[in-house]
Amino acid sequence: MTKLAIDNVSRTFPGTHGGQPVKALQPTNLAVNANDFITILGPSGCGKSTLLRIVAGLDTPSTGRVLLDGREVTRPGPDRGMVFQSYTLFPWLTVADNIAFGLREKGTPEKERRDIVASYVDLVGLKGFENHWPKQLSGGMQQRTAIARALANDPEILLLDEPFGALDNQTRGLMQELLLGIWEKRKKTVLFVTHDIEEAIFMASRVIVMSARPGRIKSNVVVDLPHPRLYTIKTSAEFSALKARLTEEIRVEAMRTAEAH
Amino acid sequence: MRPLEPVSPALRAVLGIGFFVIFVAFWAWMTLGGYVNRVFLADPFSMLRDGWRLLVEDNFALDILITVWRVVGGFVLASVVAVPLGILMGAWKPFEALLEPFVSFARYLPASAFIPLLILWAGVGEIEKLLVIFVGSVFQLILIIAVSVGNTRRDLVEAAYTLGSSNRGIVRRVIVPANAPAIAETLRLVLGWAWTYVIVAELIGASSGIGYMIINSQSRLATGQIIFGIIIIGLIGLISDTAFKALNRWLFPWSLA
Repeated sequence: MTKLAIDNVSRTFPGTHGGQPVKALQPTNLAVNANDFITILGPSGCGKSTLLRIVAGLDTPSTGRVLLDGREVTRPGPDRGMVFQSYTLFPWLTVADNIAFGLREKGTPEKERRDIVASYVDLVGLKGFENHWPKQLSGGMQQRTAIARALANDPEILLLDEPFGALDNQTRGLMQELLLGIWEKRKKTVLFVTHDIEEAIFMASRVIVMSARPGRIKSNVVVDLPHPRLYTIKTSAEFSALKARLTEEIRVEAMRTAEAH
Repeated sequence: MRPLEPVSPALRAVLGIGFFVIFVAFWAWMTLGGYVNRVFLADPFSMLRDGWRLLVEDNFALDILITVWRVVGGFVLASVVAVPLGILMGAWKPFEALLEPFVSFARYLPASAFIPLLILWAGVGEIEKLLVIFVGSVFQLILIIAVSVGNTRRDLVEAAYTLGSSNRGIVRRVIVPANAPAIAETLRLVLGWAWTYVIVAELIGASSGIGYMIINSQSRLATGQIIFGIIIIGLIGLISDTAFKALNRWLFPWSLA
């Protein structure tokens, strides 16, 4: 069943200071099934973040449209939870109040709100940090809070824009397992943008590879690795084969980007 | 000494107080040593004597209270107008386009130049004094607040939209709390400027207040009283500034943590 349909979506940014308009994304089509975990993999500047922002409703497509459950996306909304690469917790709210933000906007009663917040604090392993300010948290903890904040709204789809891009390698590995564990438990439709090949394979049920700018979908690779996935799978033969294949595809695109500059 | 290296709190206090001591010592040396004419500059001891006489015999405490009331009154009036207007202009660009050029223009009109006009309109009573401070601070406040609100982190606004905030929710639950510490800091800064305006207002057409005492003392060459008045202003400024800072720290612990 199709949850999210990206229908002929393209994006051209108008030229600044009288310059040429910039074509960021070529017309793109993608159907995402319910409970799919899709990773969008591409070299930097390929328009993958632009595509995600259009799905979120934070940017408007130049052509085409995005349909969520058959309804056209026109603006951002709580049905599409988003986790950004930059740390976007509200610094004036504690961890618990950050997670409760969407529920408060929705007008969820206090008692229910507290229960939901407690369950997500637990889910992302932040028990004991409920009353901390974001500034007192490490980068990994901030992103865990951001994931909890997006999930607490119970969105139809979770959008993640290189959420672990600013984290160190070890933390990133742990965060991948955490998010994958949540997905295995709670079954959500997820769209995850990354430029990290290993991350793209490890998380995904399907990897969408994008070409260099102007971006378009170059290939669509189904990842058949079994669940629950442990970090040890990253050294398996199947994983290595997929990694070799995707490395080749991305390398071609990265070289094209490098030549164009 | 390495650049940018911090000093210990104890050394900071010693150095800070030390300069006051050096300053007063230099002043005492110049006056008591006879290097400047006593008529034009009183020495520290006669300054204290004059000040004491002012407080005991001339009821100077009342003048201080009146001046403080004028500063606070005019400043509160300016804040009540400037804070909402600044937020309005920072958040909604059509309001900014409408008002920003005028406010930028009005900001350069010196408050002291308005005094003759304000006296014509409002007389020489309290309203006129409050209006001088109001005119002097309101435009500055509006502009600084509008700029800081306009610089609200866009990623926080976007995050709030994806969490279901309405346009009004963005203003109330993102823009206002995000900028509250900066607004409080702006208020603290402009309160200092309000002290300049109140003295100017009291130099012309006033019959009470610290500024009135100062201009009155000038005609009697009572430099000790003038200096005492200036020092009182400085002390009140220091106290209110420290209190304001402490209040901000208490209100916005998250911005320092």
